[in-house]
Amino acid sequence: MSTTTASDSKRKAPAGERVADWADGRLGIYGLAKANMRKIFPDHWSFMLGEICLYSFIIIILTGVYLTLFFHPSMNEIEYHGSYVPMQGIRMTEAYASTLDISFDVRGGLLIRQIHHWAAVIFLAGMFVHMMRVFFTGAFRKPREVNWLFGFLLLVLGMFTGFTGYSLPDDLLSGTGVRFTQGAILSMPIVGTYISMFLFGGEFPGHDMVARFYSIHILLLPGIMLGLVVAHLILVFYHKHTQFPGPGRTNNNVVGMPLLPVYMAKAGGFFFLVFGVIAVISGMFTINPIWTMGPYRPDQVSTGAQPDWYMGFAEGLVRVMPGWEINLWGHTLVLGVFIPLVVFGLMLAAIALYPFIEAWITGDKREHHILDRPRNAPTRTALGVAWVTAYMIMLVGGGNDIFATHFHLSINAITWFVRIAFFAGPVIAFIVTKRICLGLQRRDRDKVLHGRESGIIKRLPHGEFVEIHEPLSQAQRYSLTAHEQYTPAEIGPTVDENGVERKPTRMQKLRAKLSKGYYGEGNQIPKPTVEEYQEITSGHGHH
Amino acid sequence: MSSQEISKESLPSEQDTAHGTAVAENPFADPGLPPHKPRIQDIDERAAKRSERTVALLFTTSMLATVAFIASFVIFPVDQIVYVWPLGHVSATNLSLGLTLGLALFCIGAGAVHWARTLMSDHEMADDRHPIEATPEVKAKVMADFADGARESALGRRKLIRNTMFGALAMVPLSGVVLLRELGPLPEKKLFHTAWSRGKQLINMNTNEPLRPEDIVVGSLTFAKPEGLEEDDHEFNTEIAKAALMIVRILPEDIKDKRELEWSHDGIVAFSKICTHVGCPISLYEQQTHHVLCPCHQSTFDLSDGARVIFGPAGHALPQLRIGVNDEGFLEALGDFPEPVGPAFWERG
Repeated sequence: MSTTTASDSKRKAPAGERVADWADGRLGIYGLAKANMRKIFPDHWSFMLGEICLYSFIIIILTGVYLTLFFHPSMNEIEYHGSYVPMQGIRMTEAYASTLDISFDVRGGLLIRQIHHWAAVIFLAGMFVHMMRVFFTGAFRKPREVNWLFGFLLLVLGMFTGFTGYSLPDDLLSGTGVRFTQGAILSMPIVGTYISMFLFGGEFPGHDMVARFYSIHILLLPGIMLGLVVAHLILVFYHKHTQFPGPGRTNNNVVGMPLLPVYMAKAGGFFFLVFGVIAVISGMFTINPIWTMGPYRPDQVSTGAQPDWYMGFAEGLVRVMPGWEINLWGHTLVLGVFIPLVVFGLMLAAIALYPFIEAWITGDKREHHILDRPRNAPTRTALGVAWVTAYMIMLVGGGNDIFATHFHLSINAITWFVRIAFFAGPVIAFIVTKRICLGLQRRDRDKVLHGRESGIIKRLPHGEFVEIHEPLSQAQRYSLTAHEQYTPAEIGPTVDENGVERKPTRMQKLRAKLSKGYYGEGNQIPKPTVEEYQEITSGHGHH
Repeated sequence: MSSQEISKESLPSEQDTAHGTAVAENPFADPGLPPHKPRIQDIDERAAKRSERTVALLFTTSMLATVAFIASFVIFPVDQIVYVWPLGHVSATNLSLGLTLGLALFCIGAGAVHWARTLMSDHEMADDRHPIEATPEVKAKVMADFADGARESALGRRKLIRNTMFGALAMVPLSGVVLLRELGPLPEKKLFHTAWSRGKQLINMNTNEPLRPEDIVVGSLTFAKPEGLEEDDHEFNTEIAKAALMIVRILPEDIKDKRELEWSHDGIVAFSKICTHVGCPISLYEQQTHHVLCPCHQSTFDLSDGARVIFGPAGHALPQLRIGVNDEGFLEALGDFPEPVGPAFWERG
């Protein structure tokens, strides 16, 4: 408005530009867009896994808000008179009755409930697989350790948000799960009974559980998670995405498609794909039919009670642990339940700590933007597979009754199998994985030095048959040799330059030992060198 | 860590990058970005038109699916059940709404992705990365600014202010912690007592009638609650969570535990129904062996031998309720359980 020329130019500008100008004058959007509108995102199928988590999280929030409009988080007891005939006349909490109403009397209510639950299950599964991708490709290395921690917190908070959520309907299954949790809390030395009393507002189950879990489930935990998701995404933008090794891709660039339009169309479209698939699943397949077993009563239970899958490994730990109890000086140490609780925490903590442990072993303070192929980090890959193995074995433990009935096995035998396999399985998995990784490294080395097996058999004049190996292209050779190889850290000289004996600390010795386990002889296959390559390619004919 | 001087040597050297001469000499050097290969849509306008039509068709399908969603919402009564192979009997509303909403969403996604893959430019581009770490100049400036700010605040010099401020900030959250005290009562001896006491009759959970010894036959499993506890009591769930009782009859000569026999009446024994592992109600009874199994975590107890644990994660036997018969011939409790029922805890002893 200040000058005529300015208002002239405004009149000429199209409407969209004028809106953008208005916003820029107040929010500075042009500066933001300059840096980000054509931001480059590398393409790889595994980069979609994080998107699945983000989108299912959005879906959970959308459907969750809808559910709060109908759900009554109250443990007041009423007699049910809704439209679900088998439950009519039965005493239940308002929480359970309103969940029945959502399922049977609200049009589309059941669909939204099922989308909410399916999306939650997929959210957790997505986070697991996404974290495996990040782990096995080494994407957690500097500068992304903090973002790994954000992701780890999202996983843990997601588990507890899921648990508090599926406890809300106050049906027989969910109440059994809450009872299990309360029993586990009681096992904590000294503070157990206090935490239980404070959490439930008195003795179990009391009248406060649903209201308290409700505020934890819809406000406290998702509020924190929303903040973490935003921080996670800001860091993804700030660090720029990692990429797999390939021609033209270096640690100092990022190769891919621009945000506008390609990535926006693909990622935006993928949101609709994820939402669409979850909606179809929810329309077709029942999840958590809370109406089958009736309201929760602490003296009733059904067989085959299972938590949602992501709590299954905690369930397994509790099921297969021997019932150790120590009574000393008038106190009880409930190891049979407390040890599983601690192991549950330790297995999660291992995820959080790993990036820092590996960084300490390598001593590498550089930034890493090129991903490792899992085979090129055999010890890390083997450790990851060992963890996953322990996790999977505990999932079997958590479903030992289901395995027993479906496969006609003895539940005692399954329990003993899980007890042993929890310790033996990861060791075997570690050894086998490492062997496979080293084998694949050897294959890569052979391919680089001798070329690709073409499948063409040639007969030489003297009768010998040979297979023709086609040399790889420069790009392929580069991709297969782009990974870096560390040499194991040494303790260093034990005598310094003045001849004074220097005793290596225990940590230095440990680090040297671990470093050898990661990068020592036999723990990685040396990359082919230029000399080796030239020697082989110059002397044609002999193998 | 004291590893800096060691680490340099064990770090690998950076990989060769694309330099014209390097490619000729080094068979493993980076040849740089590969040339762009055109797609069929880039060369053939008819193929591009086909892609355009496919995308438009997907978007149109989405619109139709949304119309179908609204129609389903209006047409199907909320309680209509239909048979659909292979799903079986399902809610018509739920299935139709789910499928139409899913289709409407999926087609938008499929259209956008197909558009991006076939018609938008697929030229790969490279952006430079810049180190996350600040340059030494920036760092020096920040450090100087911070030193200025810290000096001007005089926080380090005026220790009295600093110490009292830290004290105040450390103490103020205590108010919040204190408020949490109201979340629940102290445990005290609450977990040690149940609704059972001397003289309370054993009431059949199913019939709500007091039990007579002759109601209980060998091989049967009966659940009972204490006299005076009704299902519409405000605290019913909390009380039954501790007081739930299971009653079986075992031939007295089959009872191996001496105290169990003493506390029984004519072979009728009453045990807590709440598992001593994490508190599930135990409900699976094997008549021949007198074993009961908790369906949650498979702890198994031998009711003929003091309900000791014979398998599973439970840590101790089920508490027994001492029972007798009153003057009217009904089963009654001769006291509360001698020990806390349910999961073990620190104060249990």
